[in-house]
Amino acid sequence: MALYRVLSSSPNKPANALQSTLLNMQETIREPMVQDPTQFDVLVMPNLYGDILSDLCAGLIGGLGVTPSGNIGANGVAIFESVHGTAPDIAGKDLANPTALLLSAVMMLRHMGLHGHAKKIETACFDTIRDRKVLTKDLGGNSKCSEFTEAICQRMKDMD
Amino acid sequence: TANAQLSRVVGAAKNETPQSRTFIRGIQTVTLIPGDGIGPEISNAVMKIFEAAKAPIRWEERNVTAIRGPGGKWMIPPDAKESMDKNKIGLKGPLKTPIAAGHPSMNLLLRKTFDLYANVRPCVSIEGYQTPYTDVNLVTIRENTEGEYSGIEHVIVDGVVQSIKLITEQASKRIAEYAFEYARNNQRASVTAVHKANIMRMSDGLFLRKCREAAEKYKDVKFTEMYLDTVCLNMVQDPTQFDVLVMPNLYGDILSDLCAGLIGGLGVTPSGNIGANGVAIFESVHGTAPDIAGKDLANPTALLLSAVMMLRHMGLHGHAKKIETACFDTIRDRKVLTKDLGGNSKCSEFTEAICQRMKDMD
Repeated sequence: MALYRVLSSSPNKPANALQSTLLNMQETIREPMVQDPTQFDVLVMPNLYGDILSDLCAGLIGGLGVTPSGNIGANGVAIFESVHGTAPDIAGKDLANPTALLLSAVMMLRHMGLHGHAKKIETACFDTIRDRKVLTKDLGGNSKCSEFTEAICQRMKDMD
Repeated sequence: TANAQLSRVVGAAKNETPQSRTFIRGIQTVTLIPGDGIGPEISNAVMKIFEAAKAPIRWEERNVTAIRGPGGKWMIPPDAKESMDKNKIGLKGPLKTPIAAGHPSMNLLLRKTFDLYANVRPCVSIEGYQTPYTDVNLVTIRENTEGEYSGIEHVIVDGVVQSIKLITEQASKRIAEYAFEYARNNQRASVTAVHKANIMRMSDGLFLRKCREAAEKYKDVKFTEMYLDTVCLNMVQDPTQFDVLVMPNLYGDILSDLCAGLIGGLGVTPSGNIGANGVAIFESVHGTAPDIAGKDLANPTALLLSAVMMLRHMGLHGHAKKIETACFDTIRDRKVLTKDLGGNSKCSEFTEAICQRMKDMD
């Protein structure tokens, strides 16, 4: 099952308004998250439920390797982070997928009001993935992290 | 999948029961609680199908609407309790949730009356009823008496509330051993304990310890442990990796519904509640659907598959297989389906199609 998430957000819409597009999915019916996640928008909940649901929803869009995350604190502090592991087996080998950290950084830009840059980077990232020519191994390709990164950079240069 | 079919065939061949009981040869009497809304009509469908299958079951219908006993305490009617205590096995349709009735939920009352400690839901993908997930074949086993639903809450000060998650050695041991016993008796390869003992060190830690101890007694069954959030993450990406899952109350509440969603929802998911003293109540877990009640539109699949689960529990594997096959074949064929399954047949037509298949099998 291939899932692509298209983030539709402009400076006028709240940064956390998502529209999930599920490709290759057969008929969905009513009922909950696993059958029709498109019925959901913003969900707020206590700690344990959030622990569960946030991972469940990450799973729906492809897992922790592509899911951004932000932590909001008191006194205006906010820390954005990738929530996947350290992957020691591939560390230092130029094989990692930077998408989760990149999308968290995009989330950070939006939080800072830098919507234009956020949009540019996000679009370049999503277009690269959609194109399916330069992908890291976990995304189904066999490109290096640096090649994936370069592809995104190139797209942004082409946008200017 | 081949594995799913193989385990069903092996189960039938081995003819084992999850509980070590011998059932008297001949007709078994089962307490039937039709329930509310569509309950009576889907119960009728099940009875009809069982008759066509020549299942050696006699139904004893009872109503479980709560009454006030001596002393003002809410209880299930004595004739219902008597019937269950005698028959041990029950099949139950959906019950209305009482909002202003004053009495507690009937499901809660039943659970307490019969000490229904394990909620068991086998989730198997149904061919012909497509969902985004295929080849699902897992079982959730939920501890149903304590945990996060202990009901113990208190206000510390205004605006600060505490809720007690109660985990006991006794309940954890009981559910863990049931899970392994179930796995062994149903030819399941592994049991996975689902927990958050990294965070809830004492409560989930105790639960996990009891699972580990039970695993020692069932070396023929593989034992693994997985954090609840990891299970959820993996469940929505590849549910085929899971087999039997055992967990405390809240996690079970969540996961059992999640897994039901994977295979098509509560309208097609069977459920069994195992109690002390050999009592077991099998039930459909969907609602009473008052909007379609009495209109011959309901889908009896969930109750039927629960009844099949009941037959297996009783050791009647042959009849279980026959009815289950007829039901799945009818759905796979996609010619006679109720509305929720994507067709426009009546409940009675769907029931008849299943009965006809079984006649053709003979």
